[in-house]
Amino acid sequence: MVTSETALAPLVELRDIGKRFPGVVANHDVNVTIRPGTVHALVGENGAGKSTLMKILYGVQRPDDGTVLVDGTEHAFKSPSDAIAVGIGMVFQHFMLADNLTVLENCVLGAERIHGIAGKARAAFVDLGQRFGFDLDPDALVEDLGVAARQRLEIVKVLYRGAQVIILDEPTAVLVPQEVDQLFTNLRDLRASGHSLLFISHKLDEVLAIADDITVMRRGTTVGEAKPGSVTKRQLAELMVGSELPSPETAESTVQTRMMLSLAGVSLVVGERSVLDGIDLTIHKGEVLGIAGVEGNGQTELVEVIMGMTKPTSGAIVLGDVDVTAMSTRGRREAGIGYIPEDRQRHGLLLDAPLWENRILGHQTQPPNARGPWIDRRGARRDTERIVEQYDVRTPSIDTNARALSGGNQQKLIVGREMSGDPVLLMASHPTRGVDVGAQAAIWDHIRDARKAGLAVLLISADLDELIGLSDTIEVILRGRLVGTFDPTTVTPAELGTAMTGGHD
Amino acid sequence: MGWLVRAARSTATGLVAPLIAILISVIATSLVISISGSDSGIGDFWRVMLSAPKDQTMVNIVNLAGELYIAAVAAAIGFRMGLFNIGVEGQYGLAAYVGAVFAGGMFLPGPLNIIVAILLAVLTGAAWAGIAAVLKVYRGVSEVITTLMLNAIGPIIVTHFLNRYGQQTGYEIQTKPIGRSSWIAGWAPFGQDNGQIWTLGLIAVLVGAGFWLLLNRTRLGFDLRATGASATAAAASGVGAKKMVVVAMLLSGGVAGLVWIPEFFGGAHTYSSATFTSNLGFTGLAVALLGRNRAGGMAFGALLFSWLTCQSDALQIQTDIAPQIVEITQGITVLAVVVAYELVQRYRAGAEQRAVAAVLPEAVSA
Repeated sequence: MVTSETALAPLVELRDIGKRFPGVVANHDVNVTIRPGTVHALVGENGAGKSTLMKILYGVQRPDDGTVLVDGTEHAFKSPSDAIAVGIGMVFQHFMLADNLTVLENCVLGAERIHGIAGKARAAFVDLGQRFGFDLDPDALVEDLGVAARQRLEIVKVLYRGAQVIILDEPTAVLVPQEVDQLFTNLRDLRASGHSLLFISHKLDEVLAIADDITVMRRGTTVGEAKPGSVTKRQLAELMVGSELPSPETAESTVQTRMMLSLAGVSLVVGERSVLDGIDLTIHKGEVLGIAGVEGNGQTELVEVIMGMTKPTSGAIVLGDVDVTAMSTRGRREAGIGYIPEDRQRHGLLLDAPLWENRILGHQTQPPNARGPWIDRRGARRDTERIVEQYDVRTPSIDTNARALSGGNQQKLIVGREMSGDPVLLMASHPTRGVDVGAQAAIWDHIRDARKAGLAVLLISADLDELIGLSDTIEVILRGRLVGTFDPTTVTPAELGTAMTGGHD
Repeated sequence: MGWLVRAARSTATGLVAPLIAILISVIATSLVISISGSDSGIGDFWRVMLSAPKDQTMVNIVNLAGELYIAAVAAAIGFRMGLFNIGVEGQYGLAAYVGAVFAGGMFLPGPLNIIVAILLAVLTGAAWAGIAAVLKVYRGVSEVITTLMLNAIGPIIVTHFLNRYGQQTGYEIQTKPIGRSSWIAGWAPFGQDNGQIWTLGLIAVLVGAGFWLLLNRTRLGFDLRATGASATAAAASGVGAKKMVVVAMLLSGGVAGLVWIPEFFGGAHTYSSATFTSNLGFTGLAVALLGRNRAGGMAFGALLFSWLTCQSDALQIQTDIAPQIVEITQGITVLAVVVAYELVQRYRAGAEQRAVAAVLPEAVSA
């Protein structure tokens, strides 16, 4: 149905929502109220539990605790179609469009029951486009559309299905600034016509520009609410990052004079976007270089470029005295780069393989895992026992599959593995994310000890306390560029927050 | 002791899926027979299929199982890293012809002739698969498409050369038969009248052992398995994706080149459309699926499929059921096993997590 102009979206309340996955509490005590006809922003770092929450609201997952109320009525969505039935729609970050179909066909696909597939459907589509200013040619092929147009199509799709409440998952992540402005115009029109929008983002400028209400999430729960008029970006950033954690303070400096890693003018262009832009940095032996930045500003790509998983468009990477720019990932690992990946399940583990095989992963060619072309099972197993012992990995046995362990225990295994074999450089992306406080302190200790022994560390973290406490130097990354160098002994989280968001409040 | 219990348990749960699949296919086959309107009933069918094989049938079962097993291993090398070499059929067909032509020329004395012919077959299979690998690595073309296409092209090339250079004998055109000195006598456990088990069937044993050793004991095998288990984690661990595709494809094609070798030297002695056994490649894919790409599992699968095929010959004598019915049995087994493995796999992952939580709660909570 096409909604009439005056209809107001229902009041949506999420009360005391909790969701547990094996070993992880993804959400607990989450409370959000979306007032009709408003833009409600949900902010928080990656891993704060935003996506789980929206999946619950959209019926993709069912909560273990709490209730979802729409206009005061309790609903237990079994699938997204139940959510759509009460007027809740979702625009995913990754578009779900068929490239070889037209705009209109994509819109109607799966919703043929509403207006059929012919004239009525076209009329409804054109009507929607006109009312909300979505400039879309119904007969254009989706493969010819740009990103912004695809996103508009996704929104129209949701409206076509009668959504009054629209969840937008990081809609601006893929857009350039002008496109963001255009999107916001569309969103304001939608709000004016009585729709509610749940806007999920960690870009605070945008949140402050568009939202009527803001809810902040951290570590799986809602930690605060704010109105854009009465809160600064800095305050929001502090709420997002939090500061109640044990301090990871490092004692005296262990920085040596010998250079371990240096990047000169490293750039990476993806499509037309410049993801990394002329990065110059140096890490010495015994130095921890922290990279601060709001997520999505090039951190992931920086790590992948240094690891050799992505080839930079230009620039040079030197490890010790060796130019490794053209070297394979394996070559770099053999040269002594340890790697604690950001996404441990995708990049750090074979989930359905036992722990001792996971010990081998990433170090397939090195002792104690290999002898010539052969895998040294006994050596790998013995060393896995050592890691389990030294790094306090809680597991019944080294034959247990990695999947059966909690995220914290998986992470401890990875840290132990990457610290083995005397690495010269450790790439640590969010090394303590999703790890309990005890394990966090232990991981910090291990990094500190290795640093004392001369290890160079590139530390990327969303946790500013962790960055300040562990780093010898902090660089701030913004839109793929290093925009400021800070001394962690004097900088405050607030100052870093300002630099991370581009220098204004 | 611990590993023994683990091994026993994993074997037991590993058997659950194929057993369920076989059960389903038994039921489905029975249904098909009962509605197909033949005079013979379900009982007749299963009586024939489950009767003790005649001596000659026994020999056939072993021989065919060997060929199927080699084909299955060839496919499994790719499958284990998530690479779908559907082209075993085309690879072994072309390899068989090239090997037969060379061997028939008798260029080299004695065993050397055999060895070089086998090597050439391996290289031919590898090269044919290599085309798909190169297209995938440099042009991003799906190996499923290319290997299927190459399956169609291979026989055309063979037919062309066979017609052009082959010898006409009766209705058949064949390659020059190999000389007596290149025949390899087999083992005739039930007397010469009941046929020989091909000596080179031992290749299947070697290939199986090599496959197991490669996957479980070597770095290359670890990389291969890691790529299959998680391409992203493998890449982050330093496995070069392109190189792996090429290596796995060449190995897979090379092994495929061996499929018809035991039969050629053991019985056929010449390549013609009458002597060549086709379709082993496709059935081999099914055997690999049934055996979950494991060395042991595929041996079981090869024997089972071979049993079904060879025993079904008696159907046309003893019943009025078409022997092709076993293809339905085989097809449904494969279909059911894929589903059953997935279900068992999920159950096992959940069960392990519960077991770990029961023994050591902090392993899953922190």
